[in-house]
Amino acid sequence: MSGPAFQTAGTGFFPRDSLDFSAGRISEETPPTTGKGPSEQSTEPDELPGLYIHIPFCLRKCAYCGFYSITDLSLIPAYRSALRREMALYRGWAASFDTLYIGGGTPSVLPEEDLEGLIADIRTAFTIAAGAEITVEANPADITEGLLASLRRSGVNRLNIGVQSFDDDSLALLGRRHTALQAIGAIQQVRDTGFVNIGLDLIYGLPSSPAGGANGDMMPHRVPICTEADRNFATWLATLDTAIGLDPDHLSCYQLTLEEKTPLAKRCRLGELILPGESRQADFFLRTAQILEESGYRHYEVSNFARPGRESRHNRKYWSHVPYLGLGPAAHSFSGRERRWNRSSVDAYIGDLESGREPVESREILNDEQLRLEALFLGFRTRRGICLETFKIRYGRDLLADKRDMIVRLSGEGLLEIRDGFLRPTRAGMAVADSLALI
Amino acid sequence: MDSIRNFSIIAHIDHGKSTLADRLIQYTGIVEDRDFQDQILDNMDIERERGITIKSQVVSLPYCAKDGRSYTLNLIDTPGHVDFTYEVSRSLASCEGVLLVIDAAQGVQAQTLANLYLAMEHDLAIIPVINKIDLPSADVERVIEQIDSELGLDPDTHLKCSAKAGIGIEEVLEAIVARIPPPKGDPAAPLAALIFDAKYDSFRGTVIHCRIFDGTVKAGDIIRLVYNNATHRVEEVGHFLLQRQKLESLSAGDVGYIIAGVKTVSDVRTGDTITLENRPCPKPLPGFKEVKPVVFASIYPIASDDYTDLADSLDKFKLNDASFVYEKDSSAALGQGFRCGFLGLLHLDIVQERLEREYDLSIILSVPSVRYRFTLKDGTVLFVDNPTHYPEPMSIIKSEEPYIRAAMMLPERYLGAVMKLCMEKRGVNSTLNYPSPGRAELVYEVPLAEVIFDFYDRFKSVTQGYGSFDYDLIDYRESSLALLDILVNGEKVDALSQIVHRERARARGLQACERLKEEIPRQMFKIAIQGVIGGEIISRTTISAFRKDVIAKCYGGDISRKRKLLEKQKKGKKRMKMIGNVSIPQSAFLAVLKSDTE
Ligand SMILES: Nc1nc2c(ncn2[C@@H]2O[C@H](COP(=O)(O)OP(=O)(O)OP(=O)(O)O)[C@@H](O)[C@H]2O)c(=O)[nH]1
Ligand code: SF4
Ligand SMILES: [Mg+2]
Repeated sequence: MSGPAFQTAGTGFFPRDSLDFSAGRISEETPPTTGKGPSEQSTEPDELPGLYIHIPFCLRKCAYCGFYSITDLSLIPAYRSALRREMALYRGWAASFDTLYIGGGTPSVLPEEDLEGLIADIRTAFTIAAGAEITVEANPADITEGLLASLRRSGVNRLNIGVQSFDDDSLALLGRRHTALQAIGAIQQVRDTGFVNIGLDLIYGLPSSPAGGANGDMMPHRVPICTEADRNFATWLATLDTAIGLDPDHLSCYQLTLEEKTPLAKRCRLGELILPGESRQADFFLRTAQILEESGYRHYEVSNFARPGRESRHNRKYWSHVPYLGLGPAAHSFSGRERRWNRSSVDAYIGDLESGREPVESREILNDEQLRLEALFLGFRTRRGICLETFKIRYGRDLLADKRDMIVRLSGEGLLEIRDGFLRPTRAGMAVADSLALI
Repeated sequence: MDSIRNFSIIAHIDHGKSTLADRLIQYTGIVEDRDFQDQILDNMDIERERGITIKSQVVSLPYCAKDGRSYTLNLIDTPGHVDFTYEVSRSLASCEGVLLVIDAAQGVQAQTLANLYLAMEHDLAIIPVINKIDLPSADVERVIEQIDSELGLDPDTHLKCSAKAGIGIEEVLEAIVARIPPPKGDPAAPLAALIFDAKYDSFRGTVIHCRIFDGTVKAGDIIRLVYNNATHRVEEVGHFLLQRQKLESLSAGDVGYIIAGVKTVSDVRTGDTITLENRPCPKPLPGFKEVKPVVFASIYPIASDDYTDLADSLDKFKLNDASFVYEKDSSAALGQGFRCGFLGLLHLDIVQERLEREYDLSIILSVPSVRYRFTLKDGTVLFVDNPTHYPEPMSIIKSEEPYIRAAMMLPERYLGAVMKLCMEKRGVNSTLNYPSPGRAELVYEVPLAEVIFDFYDRFKSVTQGYGSFDYDLIDYRESSLALLDILVNGEKVDALSQIVHRERARARGLQACERLKEEIPRQMFKIAIQGVIGGEIISRTTISAFRKDVIAKCYGGDISRKRKLLEKQKKGKKRMKMIGNVSIPQSAFLAVLKSDTE
C-alpha cells in the first residue's frame, strides 16, 4: 500500500478512485518529465500527512486578533487532559506524520513542563517520522533560556516568532506585549541556543490616523515627511530591513486583515484610523516581495518567504491538499475529501471530550468541483503554481484547454506564466490569486 | 346559465382590485381563514414581492344571493399597470360585466379611463365601485362628480366600499348578481370556446384557460384547435377555485380549463377557438386584437449551451404571456438569441425575471430599442428595432422615429417640474387642461424612445407618486438619428449599441460609458470603454484594474471559509457575460439607458 492508512473518524472514506493523490507529488524545482505517464507517476510515494496542535491560550488579546483564544490559563490542565483524550480518539488516523506544528494562540505561554509534556503525549499517541519538521510558535516576550532548552529536549527544530513589527508605535497599535528590542534580544538568544531554523512573523499595511493630524501631534519627535501613508510605508521598510539584518531562515509577512469585532476594526470603523488603500496595499506587497527576493528569500507563497530549502513543509501541505490532522479547539482536519473542524470554545471542547464525544463542530465532504476550486485558489497562492498535468489527473480538468483565452490574456498582463508544465502566478499575479482562481 | 355571472375587476394600478377580490373570495367562504393571505390571487412570487398584479386570474365563487338563489360568480382580477393592458382586454372577452374600481382618494386616473374604454368596446355592464372609503383622505363626493363628468357614467350607479376594511362587500356581490347579465349561448349548440390564457404544466401538458360561448365539452371529447386544426382528446375539464377543480363538463357561459394532453406548445394560441372534431362550430369566435410591441430587446443565454433550453422555455413562457413576441436573432458578441417585443419597460423587466425564476435560466438582455423607420435611396422603407440592423448611413434619405401622445394627470403643484422633464425629453405641442380644480391634465407629444427609457421613473419621482401617466402611439416623425456603438477593450459589443438622436449622441455616449463604468466590476486588467459613432470615438472611460485581492493568511483553518466566499463570488460571476475576457453583469445592458439624475 502506497499511502498512509487513513482511518478517518466519522464519515470514514477516502475516495481513492475519484481523486488520486498519489500522482501529486512533484518536487518544486523539478517539474515532471514529459515522458512520464500517469500510471508511472502514481507509483511515487505519497506525501505524509501533517499534525497540527492548537494551543488556545494567550496572555492578553492583541488589538487586531480575531482568533479564538482565551486568557484564563487555569484551564491548562483540563485542556491538556482533553487533548490527550482527543489524541487517543485519532490514534490510528495515520501511520506517521512528517510535520508537527504547534500553533495558537500562543504556545509559548504554556509552562515549560506542559509544553514538554504535551509533545511527549504526542509522541506516545502518534508516530512522528524521523527528520520531521517540528515547529512551535512563540511570543518574543516568552522566550527564556528554560523554554528554549525544553523545546530542544522535545526535538523542536523550528521556531516561529511572532515579532509583527520592529517599530514600538506599531507594536503598541497592535496591542502586542513586547517591544522591538525585546524581540531582537529574543531572536539572538534563540540563535545562541543553536536553533538553526528560525521564522519571523511580521505584519504590514497597518492603519494610520487620517491625513497626518493626530499621530503627528502625539509624536512630536516625528515630523510628517509627506503623508501619513508614506510614513507608514517607511516604517514598514525599516521593520523589513531590521528583519533581514537578523538573518532569519523564514519570514511571513502578512498584510493586516481587519477582523470584525476587534478593537482595531472598531477604531477604523469610527474613522480614528484608516487602512491604506488597495493600490497602496499592492505597493506594500510588491515592494516587500522585491526586497526580500533581492536579499535571497524565495517568495514561495503570498505571505511567505524562505531561504532555499527552508520553506515551511507543514504549511505547504495545506496548499496542496495533503491530509492533515488538527487537534485542539477550533483546529481543522482534512483527509483527502473530508474537512472537519473542532468546537472553538475551550469549555465546549473540554466538555465534549470529557463525555467521550468527538469535539467536532462541523464537517463537510468536498465534491469534485469544490476540490477543484480549492486547488486553484491554493495553487495560485504559491509561486510553484499549478502543475497542469497533475491538475488534469487529480481534478479532472484540462485548465489549458478550458481557459486558454483567459490564460493568454492574463499572461499578456503579466499575471500568469506557463513554465515547464506549471501554470504559475507572477508576483503581481499572486496579489490577485483569489481572482485568478475564478477565471 | 341564468345562475352564472362572468365579470372582471378593472382599475388603475393600486386602486385595490386584488384586495377587493380577496374580500369577495372570503365572503363566499371558499378558502379557510388560516389559509388566507392578502392579495391571494397574486400567486406568483414576483407579484407578491412587487405588490402588483401581472397576470389576470380567474376564480369561481359560489354565492347564495338575497333572492335565495345560488350563483356561480366567475371573477377575473386584472392588472392595473399600462404594460399589462393586453391581459385586461383578453379577460374582458370572457365577461358580461366589470367592476370599475376607483380609489376614493386618488380619483379617476389614466388607466381608469383606458380600462373603461376597453369595457365599453366589449359592450359590458359597468359597475363603478368607489374603494378605500376608509381613508382619511377619501373624497367620495369628488369621485362621484368625476364618474359623471370624466367617465360619462350615471353617478347614481356607484357603490362605495372599503376592500381593506371589508365595508360594502355584500352590496358589491348583490350588484353583480342584479346588474351584470347572465351569459348568453346555447349548451346544445356546437362547441365554441375562446382560449384567453394557457399555462404549461410539466405533468399534464398545456392547461388551456377558456370561456365557453356555445356547446358543452367533457373528458373524452375530441377537440379541434381551429387555428391549425390540431386535434386532442380531452382528459379533464374544470374550473378555478384558487386551485384547479375538476368538473364533469363545461358548457356555454362557463369559464374554466381544458386539459387535453397538449404537449406541442405551439398548438395553443390565445384568441384561438376550440371546437369539437365531430361537430365543429360554423365559424371561429372573433379572436383578440394583435399586440403591438413598442419596446424591443434581444435575449441571450449567458452560457451559449443553454440556447436550446432558452428556446424551449420561451415557447412555454409565451403560452402564459400572450403579449410577448419573439423571433430568432444572433449577435456577434453574445451568440444565438432571440429578438423580443414588449409592451413596455416594466413588461420587459417582468419577462426577464420570470424567465430566470420560472425556467431557471440566466439571460442577458440587450439595450432596449423602439422601432425606427428608414427610407433608403432606392425607395425601400425599412423598420428597424435592432441597432444591429441599422442601415448603411450613406443609403439613408430619411429617418423617422415613433412619437406618442403622453397624457399625464397630476396635482397642479408639480406642473413646472413635469414640463421641464417633458422638454428635456424632446416633448412638443403641449396642451394643458384643468379637469377639476387643482388637478392638471398635461398632454405632450414625445418621441417614444425618450419615454421608454427612464421617463416613467422620473415622472413618478418628480410628482412624488401623485401623477399618473398614459400614452398612445401617434405617428412617425422625421428625426436625425445615429448609431452609437460601444467598444469594450476594443471589441464592439453589439448588444450595447443604441440608435440615438444625433443632437444627443455625445451626451448619450458619455452617459453609456459612465453607467458601464459603474456597472462593470473592476477586473484583473484595465478595461477601456468607448462610445463610437461612424468610426469616431465620441466618449471614453477606463475601469482601472484591481491590484490586490488575495487574503493574507490561508492555512488549514482558513481554507473552507475562503472557499465558501469564492463559491459565492463564482455564482455571481456565472450571471455575468464574458465578452472578450471581460465579465459584464446583466445589469449593465439596461443601465446604459439610465440617466444620471437618479
Ligand atoms: N386603506 C385602504 N387601502 C386599500 C384598500 N383596498 C386596497 N388597499 C391597499 O392598496 C394597495 C393596493 O392594493 P391592491 O389590491 O394590490 O391593488 P390592485 O389594484 O390590485 O393593484 P395592481 O394589481 O397592481 O393594479 C394595497 O396596499 C392595499 O392594502 C381599502 O379599501 N382601503
Ligand atoms: S494575535 Fe496571537 S498572541 Fe495575539 S491574541 Fe491573537 S492569538 Fe493571541
Ligand atoms: Mg392587483
